Amino acid sequence: MPTALTACIDALPSLLMGAVSTVGMLLLAMALGFVLGVPLSVAQVYGPRPLRWLAGTYVWFFRGVPILVQLYLFYFGLFALLGLNLSEFVSAAAVLGLTSSAYQSQIFRGSIQGLHAGQLKAARALGMTDRQAIASIILPQALRLSIPGWSNEYSILLKDTAVAFVIGVTEIMARTRFAASRTYEHFALYILAGVLYFVLTAVGVRLLRRLEKRVRIPGYAQQGSLV
Amino acid sequence: MTDSPILGAANITKRLGGKTILDNVSLRLDKGDLKVLIGPSGGGKSTLLQCLNLLILPEKGQISLEGRDIHPRNKRELSSFRQQVGMIFQDFNLFDHLSAFENVRIALIKVKKLSRRAASERAEQELARVGLSDKGGLYPAQLSGGQKQRVAVARALAMDPKVMLLDEPTSALDPELIGEVLAVIKDLSLAGMTMLMATHQVGFSAQLADEFMFMDQGRIVEQGSPKELLVPGTRTQAFCSKITELAGEVPG
Ligand SMILES: Nc1ncnc2c1ncn2[C@@H]1O[C@H](COP(=O)(O)OP(=O)(O)OP(=O)(O)O)[C@@H](O)[C@H]1O
Ligand SMILES: [Mg+2]
Repeated sequence: MPTALTACIDALPSLLMGAVSTVGMLLLAMALGFVLGVPLSVAQVYGPRPLRWLAGTYVWFFRGVPILVQLYLFYFGLFALLGLNLSEFVSAAAVLGLTSSAYQSQIFRGSIQGLHAGQLKAARALGMTDRQAIASIILPQALRLSIPGWSNEYSILLKDTAVAFVIGVTEIMARTRFAASRTYEHFALYILAGVLYFVLTAVGVRLLRRLEKRVRIPGYAQQGSLV
Repeated sequence: MTDSPILGAANITKRLGGKTILDNVSLRLDKGDLKVLIGPSGGGKSTLLQCLNLLILPEKGQISLEGRDIHPRNKRELSSFRQQVGMIFQDFNLFDHLSAFENVRIALIKVKKLSRRAASERAEQELARVGLSDKGGLYPAQLSGGQKQRVAVARALAMDPKVMLLDEPTSALDPELIGEVLAVIKDLSLAGMTMLMATHQVGFSAQLADEFMFMDQGRIVEQGSPKELLVPGTRTQAFCSKITELAGEVPG
């Protein structure tokens, strides 16, 4: 058997373990990004001026600074300074989540601003408070519209998890490097890593597409052929 | 009448983009009134209607409900006021992600805090009242314009409003659908609902309205019963005959 193939077969269990860690960080980061991203978007659209400014500054920071730099800043700087004794895994997931919240907030903001202004007016006219209107009228519509953008964010963030190896998280990249340095089969092993990322992307994107169809509002044609 | 009106507006002034859109407008709606706002496009009808339920806050002036002044800064008071003032929009503004039934029910649950069961029962009743019992499961995108507007009426009625404001409820409808919406409005009026409606349906209004208000450039420039105003020499008469001539009209 060619040594490249042997190296891949040998490394596969380890890389699959790495995939578990990659997916774990990804899911945590997506969840954190969602939980923070929704209020950030609402603050940017409907918040009073100081809150809008605060949310805007947050978004500027996380979109403007490379994720690798953030990882160092938080892991060696802020988390240590705050006396937080977070594992590498949790630290990486947290930083990825904070960054993702900035990007996700812009996806949600776009969807909110794309809704017809009459939706909010009608909700207010029925006596809903702005909070009620946002929770039961605006967000349910905006989040549906956000799924395609969210699927984009999923696939980008998945690949961003690769930076976590610099602080020692044993995810796919870390394990690939390790296997490659032992066997010198760099080319084959990185192809294997690439395939793993590709499969994870495809699975997630498919699932989100399915979600999009499931929550589709009846009567709205979302796709079809032009005649 | 010296009693407090159901809905009163005193000296409403609204400026937008450096322009005075409403110039010291006052009006009152008494129990069972159907008053009609007419006038040229851009005259301020929509702005006035939205000021009346405080969807737009006027710079100056006072809105009152049954003699009580409303303070829009007080969130609870504002919400309770708006519940009692039903609003019908030109482009329906049904909640797109909810079925017709859920559109009618949602504020009963979220705002009126009815149980799901009580809210559902009430929603069924209101849909039946506008003749849409069998359409409750359909979403706005699956309804015709006339059906959407009737759902919007049911949604507003479910809140037990003391007064209804209607902003050109039939203007976005195809001619053959106007009749079904006007029929619902007529039933409401005959049942004693207090209403203020901006409309270009002058024939329908002439039959049913207690009063016409002609608005131009942010002021009510003529005001009176259809009989008083639909005589040669008034702006109302000139405007109405121009409309009927141009558009024809589907009789209510
Ligand atoms: N947000 C805004 N900023 C600036 N001007 C506005 C704004 N909204 C409305 N206006 C202006 O206010 C005036 C009155 O508008 P309004 O919609 O109340 O008229 P209308 O009588 O309802 O007209 P139509 O019959 O066409 O519905 C118009 O000149 C319009 O351009
Ligand atoms: Mg208007």
